[in-house]
Amino acid sequence: MDFLRPASWEEALAAKAEHPTAVPIAGGTDVMVEINFDHRRPEYLLDLNRVGDLYEWEVGEDSVRLGASVPYTTIMERLRAELPGLALASHTVASPQIRNRGGVGGNLGTASPAGDAHPALLAAGAEVEVESVRGSRRIPIDAFYTGVKRNALAADELIKYVHIDKADGPQQFSKVGTRNAMVIAVCAFGLALHPSTRTVRTGIGSAAPTPVRAKAAEEFLNAALEEGGFWDNGKIITPSVAKQFAELCSGACNPIDDVRGTASYRRHAVGVMARRTLTWAWESYRGTAARSEGAA
Amino acid sequence: MRVNFTVNGRPQEADDVWEGESLLYVLRERLGLPGSKNACEQGECGSCTVRLDGVPVCSCLVAAGQVEGRDVVTVEGLAEHARQRSCGDAHGTALDEARGRQAQGTDSQTGEGTELAPIQQAFIDAGAVQCGFCTPGLLVAADEMLERNPDPTDADIREALSGNLCRCTGYEKIMDAVRLAAARQQEAV
Ligand SMILES: Cc1cc2nc3c(=O)[nH]c(=O)nc-3n(C[C@H](O)[C@H](O)[C@H](O)COP(=O)(O)OP(=O)(O)OC[C@H]3O[C@@H](n4cnc5c(N)ncnc54)[C@H](O)[C@@H]3O)c2cc1C
Ligand code: FES
Ligand code: FES
Repeated sequence: MDFLRPASWEEALAAKAEHPTAVPIAGGTDVMVEINFDHRRPEYLLDLNRVGDLYEWEVGEDSVRLGASVPYTTIMERLRAELPGLALASHTVASPQIRNRGGVGGNLGTASPAGDAHPALLAAGAEVEVESVRGSRRIPIDAFYTGVKRNALAADELIKYVHIDKADGPQQFSKVGTRNAMVIAVCAFGLALHPSTRTVRTGIGSAAPTPVRAKAAEEFLNAALEEGGFWDNGKIITPSVAKQFAELCSGACNPIDDVRGTASYRRHAVGVMARRTLTWAWESYRGTAARSEGAA
Repeated sequence: MRVNFTVNGRPQEADDVWEGESLLYVLRERLGLPGSKNACEQGECGSCTVRLDGVPVCSCLVAAGQVEGRDVVTVEGLAEHARQRSCGDAHGTALDEARGRQAQGTDSQTGEGTELAPIQQAFIDAGAVQCGFCTPGLLVAADEMLERNPDPTDADIREALSGNLCRCTGYEKIMDAVRLAAARQQEAV
């Protein structure tokens, strides 16, 4: 094994181009487990800890440019207002020690269907900026997950930033597990209200081969909200609408039975989380809508 | 490969390090610092917790090569770390000061001969140690929390220690110990 220690982004790209089999290591919270248990013996480890760009973030007009290695702890502490869904999801990852090291770049690199960042990114809307010596491109989050633990990265590419749309409305994240800390999701659900476009977006974790959006459920809900004038009148969402939304979210799942839960439990739980997160998010939207009306 | 880094204020050099080796392995097997425990090697138990540039991490999940040039505090250095903090130097140890300590007869690297950190004393006084395997990781995590948050609620303590498993105590005495250390720390100021 060789340990490559690039001191800059350019050096990292050059090293990855020269050794496409090199395994990048950022927080190491996925990679080191595999190495400790001899599940993986890469020829090269490519350490990203010295690449400063990956630890920086910038809050822009419409989106946040998040460096791939910004740890979850920082997201929770510094980006809660701009990225509430991702901050909530980050808080459910493992433990303080893991959150101090691990970040979204590693979550995307592993692309586990159970990764907690994914539902939040899908719901918020995001693009993954990847680069190689050949150039850079932005992959829409919907196109990033290509299979179980597979993603759209080419062998010579590295993830530099994730561009995440700034929240324009309430966002929620919910996760089912056996306890509060240190638990891989049985299933998870992210939901974001986008009042500026009058749309709702979702993300489902651990209930299909890849993280997915519940597109039919989103379309149904967008139409129902529009039709009922809900965005303007701020009324409570009709229970029948919430119920149908939940059922369509369950329907978007394609889960398996495994040690953490059965397929039918996952389908059921995703429906429950969909209804709850919608209710929570809509309640806080109504709160702010009522307040801004009152002020007008 | 060779790895140079600072451990408990002293520059260290580890030789013949395998590239896939963890920081935990280097500390225990190459530097003779067995305080950090190895119980799971997968980030689940926290018994290997150390401070890396001040931040609590599982040393079993840090690749040895990643600590080149960086600063590590282990449970062996906790007493000295706490002593310096109470002297108003929260930001690590200057190298010449660390070398000075080396000359003082107490072993700042293994911690032997030094007075205990307040959190260590509190664990003893509260009876928070049974088999002791989880203790070093808990001490490092709890001490860091008290550094950040001198007046923690029970929820704060639970959150800060949520990455540390104990199979013996049922955690109540550990909670007592951290409350005790927090109270003593507040009395001291
Ligand atoms: C005890 C424990 C509990 C966990 N609990 C959770 C949990 O609750 N939720 C959850 O989502 N995850 C969990 N994880 C998994 C892990 O912490 C996350 O996936 C984390 O986001 C990984 O980030 P990292 O920086 O540590 O990644 P690393 O381990 O460094 O890398 C992970 C993968 O991404 C690749 N990679 C990293 N950076 C880049 C880059 N810039 N470009 C291209 N590829 C890159 C690596 O090559 C590797 O394949 C847990 C892990 C442990 C050990
Ligand atoms: S040995 Fe590192 S967390 Fe258990
Ligand atoms: S005292 Fe035995 S594991 Fe905690």
